[in-house]
Amino acid sequence: MNTPMTIAVASGKGGTGKTTVATSLAAFLARRGRRTQYVDCDVEEPNGHIFLKPDIADSRPVTVPVPRVDTDKCDGCGRCGRFCRFNAIVAVNRTVITFEQLCHSCGGCVRICPQGAIRESPLEIGRIESGTADGLQFIQGRLNIGSVRTPSLIRTLRQSLDAASVAILDAPPGTSCPVVACVRGVDYVLLVTEPTPFGLHDLKLAAAMVQQLRRPLAVIVNRSGLGDQRTHAWCREHGVEILAEIPDDRRIAEAYSRGRMLIDAVPEYEALFAQIAERLFA
Amino acid sequence: MKELIVISGKGGTGKTSIVASFAALASNPVLADCDVDAADLHLVVEPRVRQENPFVGGVKARILPDMCVECGQCRDHCRFDAVIPPDGQNPSFRIDPSACEGCGVCERFCPTEAIVLEDAVNGRWFISDTRFGPMVHAELGIAEENSGKLVSLLRKQARDLAGRQGRNMLLVDGSPGIGCPVIASITGADLALLVTEPTLSGRHDLQRIVELTRHFNVPCAVCINKADINPEMAAQIAAEAAAGSISVLAHIPYDNAVTQAQMAGRSLIEHSDGPASQAIRQLWDRSLAMLNSEDTSANGQ
Repeated sequence: MNTPMTIAVASGKGGTGKTTVATSLAAFLARRGRRTQYVDCDVEEPNGHIFLKPDIADSRPVTVPVPRVDTDKCDGCGRCGRFCRFNAIVAVNRTVITFEQLCHSCGGCVRICPQGAIRESPLEIGRIESGTADGLQFIQGRLNIGSVRTPSLIRTLRQSLDAASVAILDAPPGTSCPVVACVRGVDYVLLVTEPTPFGLHDLKLAAAMVQQLRRPLAVIVNRSGLGDQRTHAWCREHGVEILAEIPDDRRIAEAYSRGRMLIDAVPEYEALFAQIAERLFA
Repeated sequence: MKELIVISGKGGTGKTSIVASFAALASNPVLADCDVDAADLHLVVEPRVRQENPFVGGVKARILPDMCVECGQCRDHCRFDAVIPPDGQNPSFRIDPSACEGCGVCERFCPTEAIVLEDAVNGRWFISDTRFGPMVHAELGIAEENSGKLVSLLRKQARDLAGRQGRNMLLVDGSPGIGCPVIASITGADLALLVTEPTLSGRHDLQRIVELTRHFNVPCAVCINKADINPEMAAQIAAEAAAGSISVLAHIPYDNAVTQAQMAGRSLIEHSDGPASQAIRQLWDRSLAMLNSEDTSANGQ
């Protein structure tokens, strides 16, 4: 079977090796002749480009609609401010002020204004950059500093995917809205963890999040041998498959520090990615 | 009262291990775990919960099936794709709570008033005792939102607690990234300690978190964890920080004792007197000195 799939590489805890796994998996699939795109959804701190070194061919701004008030039409009735649950628009002494960074772009104020005095204008929240890298399609989001619209940028990023390709989504860390925006509706989730108490605790949270979104998941244990066997025991007890274990190998850490991809720096680990690919595309 | 927040941009650089060690070194602290998405500090400091509270971050819509005439206007108005139309299993319109942002548009414009907004309990927050002092922390519900609001709430509670108990130091464990929970955790802090690692990713992410602290005018300093994994990169990061007039307070060496301490549920300071432990002691002294100096506002602007 050769059906395109969307696979998110996620983790509760940061720094467990999401980008290490996602870049090597994407590159491995592309080298094996599969049409593949690497999608960096960690838009607050995108790092995949460091390893894939793409030629960026296109960069475009991503905007969200925020209200702009026509002061000639506005009569200061204040209904917009009373409606807005995010304090993004308020009327003070019959003058309407907007706080665009607080706006969720629900469009409620526009609809509710009896004077038709509010329209929406675009606010840039970040950029989407795309190009190619080593036979791969590369695409990343980059959130502007000071913006809080991480989920909006991730949703826009996911709308620009090529449906005919396998998509490897490099997810942001955590378990809340940015990750949900990345994981919602994907075909498969790989949770990367490390076998430590922090890693296991956050794996449990991430697994619960994925299960709530009803996505199939499997685990990749990184830095295997570092901590203890509690992660393995938990996976066994909960019927969560461990697809691969990447050893705690100083060569990997050093290659990572220099921006080298795992399967290039230590080619013997290519077999691990063959194993993961076989399981995913069986 | 001084507030020190530990953040990193990149995840997994060692924030929580450093905060736990600071907790052991501080004389009179209040702790706050503001990494509400993936809170781990409690695994080391073993809080005994004294007070538990629900966290209501906002509202979520609910459709009353008896009132709904299935006109579909709510779905057309919703910008978040949170309205699920009827399907084979469910005969009526429903709200997907994990997609609903609680804006209230559907409720306001439903022609048959078939939609209600209900308080959304997004998590729980706690005031606890630990062996180092009181701690304010939280559990954000699975796949929940409003983490920025929760962080603001925790910091306010922690500051109030410090005031009531006459404690002079608030230690905050922050979250990775540069988004809403991070912004909520740094605004108005006395010092943001930025923990990085000597990797290209660590360096890249440090640049973005430095920009963020400048954007919000928060004084910052840097420490380089696992510095000996790539000494040239550590030196480069230190040089770039210096060029931006940012103090590098410590180079912490890679030390297995950090993981061992975590496995044992102890702070590194309690567990080991080795090289990383020594470096963190030095980092703490220098952070204190910076917090107590007259001019903590000098962060290179």
